[in-house]
Amino acid sequence: MTASQHVPRAAHLAQLNVATLRYPLDDPRMAAFVELLDPVNAAADATPGFVWRLVEEGAADATELRPAGEDVIVNMSVWETREALWDFAYRSGHLEVMRRRREWFERHVEAHLVLWWVPAGHLPTIEEALERLADLREHGPSPRAFTFASSYTAAEAGLHLQALPTLPAQAADGAHPTRAGSSPMA
Amino acid sequence: MRDIDAIAALQDPVRRRLYEYVAAQGREVGRNEAAEAVGVARTLAAHHLDRLTESGLLESGSRRLTGRSGPGAGRPAKVYTRARAERSVSLPGRDYRTAAELLAEAAEEAGLDVGLRAAARRRGEVLRGSAAPCAGLADAMDVLAARGYEPHLEGAGSGQVADGPEGPEGEGGAAAPVVRMRNCPFHAVAERFPPLVCGMNLALLEGLLGADGPVRARMDARPGECCVVVEASKNNIH
Repeated sequence: MTASQHVPRAAHLAQLNVATLRYPLDDPRMAAFVELLDPVNAAADATPGFVWRLVEEGAADATELRPAGEDVIVNMSVWETREALWDFAYRSGHLEVMRRRREWFERHVEAHLVLWWVPAGHLPTIEEALERLADLREHGPSPRAFTFASSYTAAEAGLHLQALPTLPAQAADGAHPTRAGSSPMA
Repeated sequence: MRDIDAIAALQDPVRRRLYEYVAAQGREVGRNEAAEAVGVARTLAAHHLDRLTESGLLESGSRRLTGRSGPGAGRPAKVYTRARAERSVSLPGRDYRTAAELLAEAAEEAGLDVGLRAAARRRGEVLRGSAAPCAGLADAMDVLAARGYEPHLEGAGSGQVADGPEGPEGEGGAAAPVVRMRNCPFHAVAERFPPLVCGMNLALLEGLLGADGPVRARMDARPGECCVVVEASKNNIH
């Protein structure tokens, strides 16, 4: 079991959240949400454990990217630990956005938040993120795609970390033995 | 150790005062400090603090209290903090936690946030009775303490600007004093359904303190604390 304890250090937690807008973003009824975007995003960037978030090129956020539908905004980010993401989501100014979510967003019957582990250094694509969400919706929580309420550790998810393109596993330095399936990214 | 044994460990008055002192500090407390605060000898305090640790009510660690490190910094001292685990005893056996979680899960799935907040606000008003809105921060702290929130005043001029969702208050630089709370009475359910239960908690406190009074409750969540702060209402700041 000792080898698997090294896995969490090599893994980061990715997060995708989709939200269906009740009104267009320029509607006055959405003004309070839009006003919170910049301060809350700035708070995320400054949170310990924050690694990366999706931003549209030339913009401050990803609200105009609509890969999941015309009226669906996406929020995607990467964190060092589950705790860091949880504290940001629910123990920062972001909680106020969550508290008022029914004013601005339609209620989702299906899962709207998905978490999954990625090798540290890997930045997930939108396609990859939507696949994880589809996986969660189809199969329920698993080490491949899960939620806060039913989460898995990076070690548990070790075999499900995004496979790296043609990792030259056999060429790796023999001085660093790593367990099959848990090879950290260099 | 069973919950009932842990709680029974608080029967001893000295031990109980030590527990309450450590819990109220919200940080690591050394043996000397705890002994002085409670007014007992250091060896007696050490004995009781270790008994509280054995029973799982406190956690202990070691730290150099001088702040120095390296050779000559002295031996690390034993320090104590309150354990995060909850203890409860119900006779006869009842399980309101599971009931609360199931109700919260159903409310979450049905999107009943608004209805839950309205019920919480009404309950807060009922608890306040016909009394006028809370008169000030000291009053608010009494009310909050009575409901188990463990309030403490975060002082003015601490340099920590209250930077909530509404941004810095910006009243001349010095941060106005706010009441923060170390304990969330709904902790376990709030951790599982944060927006729903934290929204309920805020509404309950709004009802309890009274709307349009000298103080107001506002959401300003931080790690490890209740999600709400209580502060002087804006229209009350001259």
